Amino acid sequence: MKLLEVDDLHVTVDGQKILNGLSLTIEAGEVHALMGPNGSGKSTLANVLAGRPGYQITSGTIHFKGEQLKDLKVEERAHLGLFMAFQYPVEIPGVSNMEFMKAALDAQAAAREEEPLSAIEFMKAVRKIAEELDLNPDFLKRGVNEGFSGGEKKRNEILQLLLLQPTLAVLDETDSGLDIDAIQTVSAGVNRFRNTDNGLLLITHYQRLLDYIVPDVVHVLANGRIVRSGDKGLALTLEEKGYAWLSTS
Amino acid sequence: MSNPFVENLVDREYDAGFVTDIESETLPPGLDESVVRFISAKKDEPAWLTDWRLEAYRGWLEMTPPKWAHVHFSPIDFSAISYFSAPKSQADGPRSLDEVDPEILRTYEKLGIPLHEQEFLAGVVKNTSSDPASDLTGSEARPLVAVDAVFDSVSIATTFKDKLAEAGVVFCPISEAVQTHPELVRKYLGSVVPRKDNFYAALNSAVYSDGSFVYIPQGVRCPMELSTYFRINAQNTGQFERTLIIAEAGSYVSYLEGCTAPMRDENQLHAAVVELIALDDAEIKYSTVQNWYPGDKNGKGGIYNFVTKRGACIGVRSKISWTQVETGSAITWKYPSVILRGDHSVGEFYSVALTNNYQQADTGTKMIHIGKNTRSTIIAKGISAGRSNSTYRGLVRTSPTAIGARNYTQCDSLLIGSNCGAHTFPYIESKNASAIIEHEATTSKVSDDQLFLCQQRGIDPEKAVGMIVNGFCKEVFRKLPMEFAVEASKLLEVSLEGAVG
Ligand SMILES: Nc1ncnc2c1ncn2[C@@H]1O[C@H](COP(=O)(O)OP(=O)(O)OP(=O)(O)O)[C@@H](O)[C@H]1O
Ligand SMILES: [Mg+2]
Repeated sequence: MKLLEVDDLHVTVDGQKILNGLSLTIEAGEVHALMGPNGSGKSTLANVLAGRPGYQITSGTIHFKGEQLKDLKVEERAHLGLFMAFQYPVEIPGVSNMEFMKAALDAQAAAREEEPLSAIEFMKAVRKIAEELDLNPDFLKRGVNEGFSGGEKKRNEILQLLLLQPTLAVLDETDSGLDIDAIQTVSAGVNRFRNTDNGLLLITHYQRLLDYIVPDVVHVLANGRIVRSGDKGLALTLEEKGYAWLSTS
Repeated sequence: MSNPFVENLVDREYDAGFVTDIESETLPPGLDESVVRFISAKKDEPAWLTDWRLEAYRGWLEMTPPKWAHVHFSPIDFSAISYFSAPKSQADGPRSLDEVDPEILRTYEKLGIPLHEQEFLAGVVKNTSSDPASDLTGSEARPLVAVDAVFDSVSIATTFKDKLAEAGVVFCPISEAVQTHPELVRKYLGSVVPRKDNFYAALNSAVYSDGSFVYIPQGVRCPMELSTYFRINAQNTGQFERTLIIAEAGSYVSYLEGCTAPMRDENQLHAAVVELIALDDAEIKYSTVQNWYPGDKNGKGGIYNFVTKRGACIGVRSKISWTQVETGSAITWKYPSVILRGDHSVGEFYSVALTNNYQQADTGTKMIHIGKNTRSTIIAKGISAGRSNSTYRGLVRTSPTAIGARNYTQCDSLLIGSNCGAHTFPYIESKNASAIIEHEATTSKVSDDQLFLCQQRGIDPEKAVGMIVNGFCKEVFRKLPMEFAVEASKLLEVSLEGAVG
């Protein structure tokens, strides 16, 4: 089943063209890696999928689980099962991580007309995931990302991913800023998330992550469109030869 | 990039905006000595009090309204206000609940303020917060709360009088205390806020109609929370209530005040005076949840809340703590203050002031350190949304005698949208080199990025703003009695309705 279908997408930001005819299809059960030079438009794609204000889709379509995304609000896309792990997670001082995640879970349950988790079930679930990610339970009581180190913020994103169990997760450079051990714990977490019904779009600069989370397809984005797709081997070649090789080969 | 969700404010729901249809006895608008005498006679007051009022009235005539506050409004026509309004069925006779106009009882019912004592005994607070880690949650039997309900100009019912009397606590309308405890009223009335303290205090002293009186005898810990609910109902009337709380040596009392008013197109004046007196080792905790009608989204109507609240820590080691959650009123002008006269006495001010639409709030505190080793803490949180303006204005003064005095002040402002304003005016007058005064201030904005994160996780923007604002206020809400903290947090969310969307 097709989870995500992006067709000939053109996007401008503040009048500037960023995406120029990007197409991408992700089937259920697949992991796609998206690589590409700085400024090539990777985060832009993630933000457009999530519905962040400020991006103008000038042409092209995005379908998620068969629905046109363009007409949906940000939170409605989340309710449908779209998740984005931020490249730069923002802090919300004063709102505890715990409270934030409970509000998110409750909102999603309500939107899907499901019973919300009880406070106790919720606490149990969160504690368990925090432990798997090697996150000290104290982080749950602190303000959302408040004073977290770069790596802690990234782990916190994965904590939310595992708790919310979306259908499609877009991870924007989750590996950047993680130490060697943390990459392994986080990857283990992401691998536990994977199943035949959901999908992953991994944005990364480093092929090392792909040793832990093995992608089905690797795409290279340059100048706002996908210039090459291949299997895991493509990432290895890029690592060796750099992006310049693409334009010469 | 601007987030289209944070824009101007639209409608907000004001739940308490209904009018009660009762017959009332209302003086024609206007103020002169005969009105002052009429009110005094209506209350059957002794001559000294009538004279006290007249003296205040004459003082008021010489005074002009203060101009220094950061608020804007057309001058008030004091001759267009009626200075006395009482429900007719209450005009004379005893105040047993059975005799209260059923319409008024229904009013309090709608407001969720039970005047039947048994309702309190049965009530249990539900776990309403979604934060399992928060201190505000947990279910707990509702502690007993005694209520004094003031409707327009008169007190209509005070509950739990008998139980309080057992402990020696006096909790009654101040008009009644004048009859039953004249010596206490005479000694302390105007002792903290002098009659001519300021324009509105003078006006109040002349025409105050009712309010609450509390007396806690020596060594007594008041067995329940005391609370007064003020309700303005009648049109074109001002409400001028007067509260006097006296805590004798070694006593403790926690007092809560709530207020609502109908939605009306014209502005209504509320000018109260509250005086607190704490003797040796006594503690008074005074909490306010102020939800007067704020006016509509275009700034039409609403209450002018011009209030003088001051406490005197007369005794050694005494403590007075003000906690306020101010969400209502078109204009708020109030500075609950503490005079720290007793050595080692403590003053605290915890405040949340939220303004939306065209509301204006100029609020803060004064901590006047006179005694040795006196300490004060000020935590003020201002939230502005829509086209509103919120100002913190505070004074910390340490006199030459206040050796070892300490103050800590923290003012935080949170802005929602880009058409509102927050201002901070901290004044420090230190005449004592040994005093330590610390001041911290921050201004933050509910950012588009924060809202986007919340939405991406499935939380709608309105709920997200509510959550962020509640988080911002947590420190102050913790100081409120538990069930009121839950109420205050809900009130904030209601007051912010339409702040995004
Ligand atoms: N608000 C904006 N105004 C103007 N240009 C923008 C704006 N946001 C993004 N851009 C530009 O769009 C281009 C793509 O940015 P994007 O963040 O998508 O790149 P990226 O591929 O994620 O890069 P990186 O690998 O550094 O994270 C960049 O040139 C960036 O400067
Ligand atoms: Mg990026």
